[in-house]
Amino acid sequence: MPTFFEAKQLVTPGELLAEGEYQAGENTYKEENKIYASRIGLADLDNKRVNVVALRAFYQPKAGDIVIGAVTEVGFNGWTIDIKSPYTAMLRASDVLSRPFKPQNDELSQVLDTGDLIVAKIASYDRAHDPQLTVGEPGLGKITRGQIMRVTPTKIPRVIGRKGSMISMIKQETGCQIILGLNGVILVTGKTTDDEELAMMAIRKIEEESHTTGLTDRIMQLLKEEKTKREENKL
Amino acid sequence: MIEKPEKLIDKKGVRLDGRKADELRPLKLEVGVLSNADGSAYIEHGKNKILAAVFGPREMHPKHLSRPDRMVLRCRYHMAPFSVQERKSPAPSRREVELSKVIRESLEPALFPELYPRTGIDVFVEVLQADGGTRCASITAAALAIADSGIPMRDLVVACAAGKIDDTVVLDLYDAEDKLGVADVPVAYMPNLNAVTLLQMDGILAPDEFEKAVNMAIEGCKKIYVLQKEALKTKYMNVKEEIKEETEE
Repeated sequence: MPTFFEAKQLVTPGELLAEGEYQAGENTYKEENKIYASRIGLADLDNKRVNVVALRAFYQPKAGDIVIGAVTEVGFNGWTIDIKSPYTAMLRASDVLSRPFKPQNDELSQVLDTGDLIVAKIASYDRAHDPQLTVGEPGLGKITRGQIMRVTPTKIPRVIGRKGSMISMIKQETGCQIILGLNGVILVTGKTTDDEELAMMAIRKIEEESHTTGLTDRIMQLLKEEKTKREENKL
Repeated sequence: MIEKPEKLIDKKGVRLDGRKADELRPLKLEVGVLSNADGSAYIEHGKNKILAAVFGPREMHPKHLSRPDRMVLRCRYHMAPFSVQERKSPAPSRREVELSKVIRESLEPALFPELYPRTGIDVFVEVLQADGGTRCASITAAALAIADSGIPMRDLVVACAAGKIDDTVVLDLYDAEDKLGVADVPVAYMPNLNAVTLLQMDGILAPDEFEKAVNMAIEGCKKIYVLQKEALKTKYMNVKEEIKEETEE
């Protein structure tokens, strides 16, 4: 039962990773007891499970995920939302208005219009139906201030860090509020645009260097250096 | 039209462009060349210059073409008007429609269409300069572009042709050999799964010659595969190396 890769080795689609009693994990597939990679990424063995951390992927909706999307269309009884995924999501009017929705009284475009950005949770999704969104929870709803950035969705776990260590560090250092959409869209809200830019710079850095170790410490150092540099410039 | 020379291959086994019978043309592959596409690749195969771009998976338009149980692959092979000696009309010709189909069918076995129902992916292949064997080079580039877009694949697809000029079976025919030669056998191949996804023949070959040509083409595919893999890794390796240097400082 051999494996054919070293830990964190860069593999391409179709590369043979293991043979025998292994399980096919993320971004791999099994055929005739052999495990192959199905995306370009870094291979890893976790117990008997072979995983590939993809370097390039797109967002696959899952019920319960928090996502950030843009309104693309205002319909008769809801909105169409682009969530940067193969499927477009729907948000129902009755979900946003906390009362029964009557088309004759309510003008939907006054609540949310094309181009508006929202933080939402995926209420339901399966193969046969497009994802349904909900904003009926605290922290969800229309975005009124802050800056938006996009990263590859596979990098989001790295931005969060182990038990949220990375993201809480960035929040602390920059004093920004950061909402991570699992679809790869990130909202950064700070007191000043300077703070926001600092946080965004850190996230860019994480995205580029996501596969290296000791990243949390390096980002911390980077943020501190940048902060002192900016202080000096002000004086 | 090219004047037919007396011999396409001389007694020493050297072809008109100086190659040996089993020699490939020089290849250059690049991944991620277009920022507006989800995935892209560029190939220079001898004098062929081809761009491939991939979009999706995304909602299918027109909607009736989508399938409730799987993803649909669409391909468009197109030759630029300036890609050949005589200006080619930019409207899709019979040949381009056929090649689009052939490229689509050779890429389909590498995908997992059941993973993304009701969606579609679009592959656009633009031939900027043609010199024989564009369908093979297009398949090689398109497979790279799909891998670059992050669409899961069973394996990369590589393609290469073999054929017969005068009375010798040779690898990777270029334009003049293709037009003046006896036969042309394009083969698309998935190297890790050892599966052929495209096999065509234009011309006349004896059964033993055919077998020799197919085997020769597969060997050629394997050589191209090494370069293809290299090109895909290079795009992502660059980032990795930069960081290594930084941390060492």
